[in-house]
Amino acid sequence: MRKFLDETGIALLISFENVGLRYGIGPEVLSDLSFQVAPNSFQFLTGPSGAGKTSLLRLMLLSLSPTRGLVKVFGKEASTIRPEQMPIIRRKIGVVFQDFRLLDHLTTYENVALPLQVRGKMEQDYRQDVRDLLDWVGLGDRMHVHPPVLSGGEKQRAAIARALIDQPDVLLADEPTGNVDPPLARRILRLFIELHRSGTSVVIATHDLSLMDQYDARRLVLNSGRLQIYD
Amino acid sequence: MTDKEKPSKSATKTATPAAKAPVKPKRQPKPLRSGQSIVPRESVASTALIFVIGIMTFLACLTLGAVSMVNTSAAKWQNDISREVTIQIRPFDDLEMTKAIRDASNIALQFSGVSKVTALNDAETARLLEPWLGAGLQLDELPVPRLLRVTLADGAKPDFVKMREQLEAQVPGSTLDDHRTWVDRLTTMALTMVGIGSTVFLLMMAATVTTVIFATRGAMAGNKDVVDVLHFVGADSKFISGQFQKHFLILGLKGAACGALGAIILFVILGIWSSSSLATPEGDQISALFGTFSLSWSGYFWMIIVLIMVAILTAVTSSITVRRQVNNLQNYRK
Repeated sequence: MRKFLDETGIALLISFENVGLRYGIGPEVLSDLSFQVAPNSFQFLTGPSGAGKTSLLRLMLLSLSPTRGLVKVFGKEASTIRPEQMPIIRRKIGVVFQDFRLLDHLTTYENVALPLQVRGKMEQDYRQDVRDLLDWVGLGDRMHVHPPVLSGGEKQRAAIARALIDQPDVLLADEPTGNVDPPLARRILRLFIELHRSGTSVVIATHDLSLMDQYDARRLVLNSGRLQIYD
Repeated sequence: MTDKEKPSKSATKTATPAAKAPVKPKRQPKPLRSGQSIVPRESVASTALIFVIGIMTFLACLTLGAVSMVNTSAAKWQNDISREVTIQIRPFDDLEMTKAIRDASNIALQFSGVSKVTALNDAETARLLEPWLGAGLQLDELPVPRLLRVTLADGAKPDFVKMREQLEAQVPGSTLDDHRTWVDRLTTMALTMVGIGSTVFLLMMAATVTTVIFATRGAMAGNKDVVDVLHFVGADSKFISGQFQKHFLILGLKGAACGALGAIILFVILGIWSSSSLATPEGDQISALFGTFSLSWSGYFWMIIVLIMVAILTAVTSSITVRRQVNNLQNYRK
């Protein structure tokens, strides 16, 4: 895995320093956030509904810029990233959206293969990889169907597969178990743990305490826009 | 056994033991691909846009054809006029007209490029004046100027300044008219027509580009979820614009082909009508203004070029519009 060192020589993938965020002229929804996501780490991002978990994930994904503070991604200050460099950064970050964001007119196979397709890879080079990954997430027999036919859990796993297909350095997942029953939630968590063991850093935003109790990992707790870290 | 009782061939086949077992239909592997492009064609395809592009191309081709015809006619008039100059000899009391005509002819014929000098005889002169002075004119009774038609060889440009000087010095009362005023007017008219036509053509292209920009923005807004997903999985602006561009190229080709084909058909019909009504008064009027009203091959060639140009313009415009929007989306400091 590539190492992105900060000034003190510590390898970091994402680094926040005194980051604050407000929408328009409203109050700050996130205040003085300082934390890092190290390579091969696993952390839960939690807090009550409306605490700003999704906003924080969007800041980490660079789809939002902070009102103040410093955000660094892969050792590069986010404000210095030019638009044409953004796709290269995004290819290193896998993301699982709360609403899945699968394209309904494409098959599950095509949805999962999409990140490889946009990188210009030939289908014969990745076809088996996509099949293997879909087998791994338990969608081996559903790869030819379109998302509207999939159940909530299947959509969730398809979205996870799409985020993992190009082996990102960091995986950001927004409420990945929000729409599934506890057994499936445990199965999805096991997927993330396996992914973490293979070397990817994982950030899971969730307010499901029972899910967090199943795996001993670092917790970033957001409350009223402020962050507490429990290593 | 009658024909009715005979077992059919198929019945014989099904009677065999192997055929008795239910035939399992071969399971076709389900396709992994939907056959759809990332940006669905139906979400971009717009009959209204094809229609607008078609109209714009049709009008652009009409403008091009009209300018081409007028330009050809003007060039023809200009060529006809510039192949002739006229010497006019005004009568004086003591002027011997026959000698003056001979002298003027000799002077003109000295210049290279002058192929023939013809003096208009009394009958021809009388016919020229007939609209003003009526028929049965006796030229001897009036001091009517005499005209000499000087015909020039193709492409020849004699020194008219020198010819005019010599004529004025040696033949009193003579003037040389090289039709410069007419030629200048025709050139100005032709240039004005080309200018107006070009402006109209450019305005139509600008309107087409603007329409395509709005249509592209509309298509992007309609495919916002697709653009967002592509953006988040790391697609660059070139990839995303390519997904839209191919659809818009086809849209542009369809619209432009309809428009250009319509214009070509119209010109062909007008050409046939014009040539079939040559002997009629209205046909004469039209052919006086537009020539034969038939477009040259180069005119049709340029219409095909317009067709291709409109299609490419549509694709390029949509591509640039998408790239700008995606770059805006990918701008962290927006």
